[in-house]
Amino acid sequence: MAWFKRDNTELDPSGEKRVRTEGLWEKCEQCNHVIWKKDLDANLSVCPKCDRHFRIDAEARLNLLFDDAKYHLFDDRLYSTDPLRFTDTKAYSDRLRKTQESTGISDAIVNASGTIDGRPVIISAMEYSFIGGSMGAVVGEVITRAIERGAAERKPVIVISASGGARMMEGAVSLMQMAKISAALARLDDAGVPYISVLTDPTTGGVTASYAMLGDLNIAEPGALIGFAGPRVIEQTIRQKLPEGFQRSEFLLEHGMLDAVVHRKNMKSYISRALSFMQPSN
Amino acid sequence: MDSPSKQQQNLKSLEKQIEHLETLAGDNKVALDQLHQLHEKVNALRMQVHSGMSAWQRTELARHAQRPYTLDYIDRIFTDWSEIHGDRAYGDDPAIICGMAKFHDEEVLIIGHQKARDTKQKVYRNFGMPNPEGYRKALRTMHMAQKFGRPILTFVDTPGAYPGLGAEERGQAEAIARNLREMARMEVPIIATITGEGGSGGALAIAVADRVLMMENSVYSVISPEGCASIMWRDATKKEVAAQALKITARDLKELKMIDDVVPEPEGGAHNDHDKAAAYLAESLTKHLAELRGKSISELKNTRYEKFRKMGQFFTER
Repeated sequence: MAWFKRDNTELDPSGEKRVRTEGLWEKCEQCNHVIWKKDLDANLSVCPKCDRHFRIDAEARLNLLFDDAKYHLFDDRLYSTDPLRFTDTKAYSDRLRKTQESTGISDAIVNASGTIDGRPVIISAMEYSFIGGSMGAVVGEVITRAIERGAAERKPVIVISASGGARMMEGAVSLMQMAKISAALARLDDAGVPYISVLTDPTTGGVTASYAMLGDLNIAEPGALIGFAGPRVIEQTIRQKLPEGFQRSEFLLEHGMLDAVVHRKNMKSYISRALSFMQPSN
Repeated sequence: MDSPSKQQQNLKSLEKQIEHLETLAGDNKVALDQLHQLHEKVNALRMQVHSGMSAWQRTELARHAQRPYTLDYIDRIFTDWSEIHGDRAYGDDPAIICGMAKFHDEEVLIIGHQKARDTKQKVYRNFGMPNPEGYRKALRTMHMAQKFGRPILTFVDTPGAYPGLGAEERGQAEAIARNLREMARMEVPIIATITGEGGSGGALAIAVADRVLMMENSVYSVISPEGCASIMWRDATKKEVAAQALKITARDLKELKMIDDVVPEPEGGAHNDHDKAAAYLAESLTKHLAELRGKSISELKNTRYEKFRKMGQFFTER
């Protein structure tokens, strides 16, 4: 028996030695600053050091914009029927069910009505954590209903996008949602009712190539990835590295593709100001 | 298994042999009867080959190098073609062609993706992948057609809108988006035909129409089978499976009520006989245009709205 062999097995190296800090701190991916979660929340999920805007969910968006964080949800019971019976490595129907359980919503979109500085508005907010905020039959229908309701009640419509684009698992059905929503926006435009598109990180593909770019005003949060094709696809096509900051909000602003880049803390006042330009005061 | 075009070649040579035997058979009734039966067998086999074609095989036909392109159809279906160039803002995009033409002596506007066959021309046409200028040119010519009350006929055949650096800088997404909205309220009849590849938003940007037709062997999809395979299966070789799963063929999309009509192609596919393919397409365009002609502007716009409004309503409300 070797003299250095431990005969006492009480010490367990896999045991917990550290104090649990998960969930208390968050690291900013941009400046590597470590932020206390409560500070981050108090700062609207924006890094206090470098102003990087973290992704936030649809509910947080509604709370941020509506007066006193009060609103009514509508069209929240629509469920996809899996038109293609799509199965890749997993069945799409299973994917849907699991995501519905984990997010507590029926699809990647939430419709709500309420007021912004006393002015009645309709907000349709996308939920990125629901299959990448992808747009299928349900997202298309729910946004269209928000637009039609806006036209009927003459309430401004605000769509907050956060999406990787069309939902592949619904094939051409999701493609046609682009046409459907755009057609509804044509009617809203004809009716003279305001439509503001808010683009957040990320907004790409078929969502950018339809309603996200059709606002009377298209405004974005700082640093959001916004584009038609994804950066990887472009790199593969042109076979070179993309320049720094390509397809970020500031890049689009510089190229004349956005009307404004607005900090999260100023978003409500910017929208409110725009609506007072667009609608007569009561 | 042989590819469908190989199978078709085999069938053709069989048919030739039968014909040859027929001349040899002369007046021999029994031999002629047997030959007739053989003929029918060959026809049945051809149907089988054709209807049994997989979604991937149709994709290959839709991309066939000898498939008729927009200019091939224009040559055969229309007269007095005069091209209109440029978006009056940045440049002219050769991947989309626009122009005035006459269809049965009536003025129409034609818009179509344009592919090419030799390398130099392919580069010039950017493989049929438009930049924003192409979509903007299309829209401005559509507005001209609207002003003068001329119907718009579009021909869709693109792998997709070009995913390049300049295209992004100049607002590819905005150009497509605007076309979708403006086509939805255009005050003249629009007929879109998917002639080859209907590649996602880049196809839809000239296909929001009163009638959407698909050539029998064309495909229309939100993403290419290769792209879908590499994302969903993380394996680009799964393209056949992806093609099947995406439901991209004319027949599938007719069933899903995404399109209005399927235009037949000559035996074995449009590449075998451009004249015949064009004749079938002209016949279908004539029929649909006549149906749209009688409608008032408001009726036209309302039916177009309802058509897309009701499309793809695959959800339940609980």
